Amino acid sequence: MIDLPEKKSRFRMTRRRLILGGSLIGGALVVGYIATNPMQVAGAILQGGGDDPRPSAFGPFIRITDDGWITVVNKQQELGQGIHAGLAAIVAEELDADWDRVRVVDSRSNFRAYGPQMTGASNGIASNWDLMRNAGAAARAMFVAAAALRWGVPSGSIDIRNGIVSHLDSRRTATFPELLADASRQPPPDSPMLKQPADYRLIGTDKVRRKDSLSKSTGAQVYTQDIQRPDMLVAMVAHSPRFGGTLARFDASDARKVKGVVDVFATETGVAVVAETTFAAWKGRDALRIEWDDSEAETRSTHELVRYYHDIAAGRSDVEPAEFDSKGDDSEVPFDDDVADFAFDFPYLAHAPMETLDCVAQVNGWDVSITSGAHLATVDQVYAAFAARTIPGKVDIEVVPAGGSFGRRGVLSSDYLVECVRIAKRTDGRPVKLMWSREDEIASGYFRPMSHHRVWVQLGRDGFPTRWRIHSVCQSLLPVGPNSLATEGITHSPYFSTASTVDGKIFTPTFPVVVGLWRSVGHSYTALVMEHIIDQLARRAGLDPAAYRRVFYEKVEDKRRLAVLDELCLKAGWGTPLETGWARGLAIHEAFGTIVGQVAEVRLVDGRPLVRRVVAVVDCGIAIAHDQIAAQMEGSIGFGLSAALYGAITLKDGIVQETNFDRYLVLRMNEMPVVETHIIASTSRPTGMGEPGVAPIAPAVANAILALTGQPTSRLPFLDGNARSNTDVSAQFNG
Amino acid sequence: MSYAISVNGQVHHVEDDGQTPLLWVLRDTLKLSGTKYGCGAAQCGACTVHVDGKPMRSCTLSLERASSARITTIEAVEGADVRAIQDAWVAHDVPQCGFCQSGQVMSAIALLRTVEKPTDRDIDLAMSGNLCRCATYNRIRAAIHDAASKLGTPT
Repeated sequence: MIDLPEKKSRFRMTRRRLILGGSLIGGALVVGYIATNPMQVAGAILQGGGDDPRPSAFGPFIRITDDGWITVVNKQQELGQGIHAGLAAIVAEELDADWDRVRVVDSRSNFRAYGPQMTGASNGIASNWDLMRNAGAAARAMFVAAAALRWGVPSGSIDIRNGIVSHLDSRRTATFPELLADASRQPPPDSPMLKQPADYRLIGTDKVRRKDSLSKSTGAQVYTQDIQRPDMLVAMVAHSPRFGGTLARFDASDARKVKGVVDVFATETGVAVVAETTFAAWKGRDALRIEWDDSEAETRSTHELVRYYHDIAAGRSDVEPAEFDSKGDDSEVPFDDDVADFAFDFPYLAHAPMETLDCVAQVNGWDVSITSGAHLATVDQVYAAFAARTIPGKVDIEVVPAGGSFGRRGVLSSDYLVECVRIAKRTDGRPVKLMWSREDEIASGYFRPMSHHRVWVQLGRDGFPTRWRIHSVCQSLLPVGPNSLATEGITHSPYFSTASTVDGKIFTPTFPVVVGLWRSVGHSYTALVMEHIIDQLARRAGLDPAAYRRVFYEKVEDKRRLAVLDELCLKAGWGTPLETGWARGLAIHEAFGTIVGQVAEVRLVDGRPLVRRVVAVVDCGIAIAHDQIAAQMEGSIGFGLSAALYGAITLKDGIVQETNFDRYLVLRMNEMPVVETHIIASTSRPTGMGEPGVAPIAPAVANAILALTGQPTSRLPFLDGNARSNTDVSAQFNG
Repeated sequence: MSYAISVNGQVHHVEDDGQTPLLWVLRDTLKLSGTKYGCGAAQCGACTVHVDGKPMRSCTLSLERASSARITTIEAVEGADVRAIQDAWVAHDVPQCGFCQSGQVMSAIALLRTVEKPTDRDIDLAMSGNLCRCATYNRIRAAIHDAASKLGTPT
C-alpha cells in the first residue's frame, strides 16, 4: 500500500467547459472533470452544500488503484447496448491500459459532476467521445511525466503499452501501481495529446468485448427486479384500463383480507396495493373492485382512430398542420394525372422489454433513495423530487442495468419511478419495490405512435422526382415544442434533391393515448415511407433500385451513403440470381448520424414473409467495439423485424387488446434471420449504434416483397393480429 | 399451509398459499433472484427452472405441484455441460440486456442433456419458447453448437 495524503488535487483548465482534474483519493489516482458550466453550477446549488463527498461536483471517469485495476465510471445507462464496454475501450485506448485489467462501474445519478445523465438518441458513445478520450490521455500523460521524472529521461522517450510504462533505451519498466503516487503529483495536461486513429491498438479490434457476459449468463447480474432490502414492501398498482381514465371509487375490503397485504390506498395513477411479497400484492390487486371515471378517457377503437387520421390528412378536421422541410412553391397547382400517390398506416407499438417496469424507493423525510434501471437519471431525479416534495439534490439514484428498455424507461415523465416514490412516501420509511406485471407494462402506453402518411411524388421525364408532397399525421413525440421527431428520417432526405418543390406538413392530433420514444423513434416508420417509395419510383422509372438511389446520393455528394450502397451491393451479391421464390430487398437509412444499409433475402410462405438472411453495412464513424456493433445490428434487425411482422397495439373502445406475449407477438428463435454485419472503415467521430439498425429492416423486407409480387406495402405489420406465431411454443413447458 | 420443496438439493419448508407460483417462492421467499419474472403466463421463458431435470416455466407451476419435485435453478445448476454452455455464452458475448439469459441458459442445458449434438431444428424446438427482446438468438444458437462440440471433444 502507498501511504499518501488524501485528496491532493490539481486541476487545470481545458478548452472545454469542464476542468480536467486528477487527484489521489484514498490511495487511488482518480481522473475526471469538475463542472463549471452554468447548468451544472445551478445543479450544484440544487444539490445543497458543497462538502458532501458523494455526489460531488467532481465527476470521476477513471480510477486507477494500486492493485493494477483501471475502473472506468459509466455515467450512461447500460440497457444491453454494451455502452460500458465502448466507453471503457476509449479510455483504455488513450491510456494504453491492459484491457483485461479494465472494469466498469455504473455511476449514481450525479448532475453536479456529469451534467444531464440521459441515455437516448444513440448518444452514448458520441456524447462521451471527447470526455473519455481526454480523461484517458490525461491519465496517460501523468504516468509518462512521472516516469520521465523518476528515470531522468525526456518524456518523449517514454512509451506505454498494455499498462506497462517503459523507457526503451535504458530498458526500464514500471507498472501503473508503481507510479501511482508520482503520477498523482503531476498536473493533468491542459489539452492532452490524443491518438490518431491509425495508432489505435484496441479500438476497432475484436479485443473489445463486453465486461458483463459472465454475470449475465449465470443469473448473478442484479436488476431492479432483484433488489431486496431489509423490511422492503412490494407494491402493485391497478391502473385505469383506458388512457385518461381516473379513479371514481374503489372497494378494498377483499384486498385487505389477502394475507400479506399491508395497505391499500388511492394514488395519482390508480389504486396501490402494498404487501410483504409480490404475489400477495398481486392477489390483493386482483381482489380490488374499482370503478373508473371515463368521462375524459379515450374510448375510440383503432379503426376509428385510423379513420380519424385519414380525415386529418385529407383536411377534414380542425387539426392545423405545421410545415417541415418545405422548399419551392407548392401553391395549389394540381399534380399531373400520372402522379405517384402513396398512403401508409403504422400502428402503435409497445416496447415490451424483458424486465417489466420496476423501481425501488425509500423516502425518509427529505431524503429519497432510489434504485432503478434509470435511462434518464437526471430527469428521473427531478421528477422524483417533485413527487416527494423535496429538492433534486436530496434524490439519490443508484442506476442498475436495465433488463431492456427500448425507450420505455426513458420517458420524459418518469412515470413508473414517480409512482413508486409516491407510494414510498406513505410507508413510514420502509423501502418499496414497485412491480409492474407484463400486462401493466404493455398497456401503459408511451407507445411508438401510430401514424398515417400521404405522399405524392411528381416524376420528371427522366424518372426522378420534381415535386414531393408529404402529409404526415402523428401525435407529438415530445411533451413540448414542435413535433419534429415525428418526421425525422423524412426531413432532409437525399431523395428531395432532384425536386424543386417539397411540401412537408405534419398534423399533430392530441388525445389521451400516451406516446413516447421507441427504439429508433420516428425512423421506425419514416424509413419505410421513404425507402419503400424509392423502390416503387425506381420500378416506374425502369431502373434498378440500387442504381436509382445512387443518382440521388451522387447529386448531394453523399460519400458516406455511396460507400454504404457500394459495399452493400458487393457483400449482398446484389444483382446476382437467387433460387426461385426468393428475392432481395434493399434499404438505406440514416439515423442519429449513423448510416445503415440492409439487404434482406425474403420468400413468401403462405403469404408470410420468411427472412433467411440480412446483409448489413454500417457507417458509424470510428468503430470502437466491432463485435458489439455486430451485436447491435443483429439485435436491431430482430427487434425491427419483430415489429414489422407482428407488432401492433390495438384499442377496442379505448382498451388495449394485446397485453401479453400471447397476443403481442414478438420474434422467436426460429424466425431470426442470419445477419452479416460489415463496417465501413472511417476516421470520423463515432456515432451511435443502439437504434439505427432498426429502421431499414421493414423497408428492406417490403422491397423484397415488392420484387417478388409487384405488390407494395401500405401498412405494418405484415401479418395481421390474428396471425399466430408459427408455433404455440408455450404449451410444452407449462407447469 | 406448509409445503416442503426441494430446491437446489435442499429441502425448504415454505408457509404459503399452495397456488402461489413457484417463481415467487423462489424469488421472494428463498431469495433466488436469478430466475426472472417476464410474463407470468409461460409465454417468455425468463423463469425457466429444471423440474426433475425438465425445463419448466416456474411462473405457472404452483407451489403445491412443485413440492413433489426436485427443482434446480440457475444459481445451482452444475456440471461440465453447464460450464461449457456458460463459457460459450461468454465467448460469444451472447447477452445484451441479459434479463432473459438465465432462462435461455436453463433451456440450453436441458437441451444438451437430451440431445448431444443438436441440429438447428432441435435448437429451434427447444429454444423458441425463450423470448429475447434484444434478439440475441443467433449468438445463442452459435453458443449452443459451440458448447455441444466442446463437450463432444474428448479432453
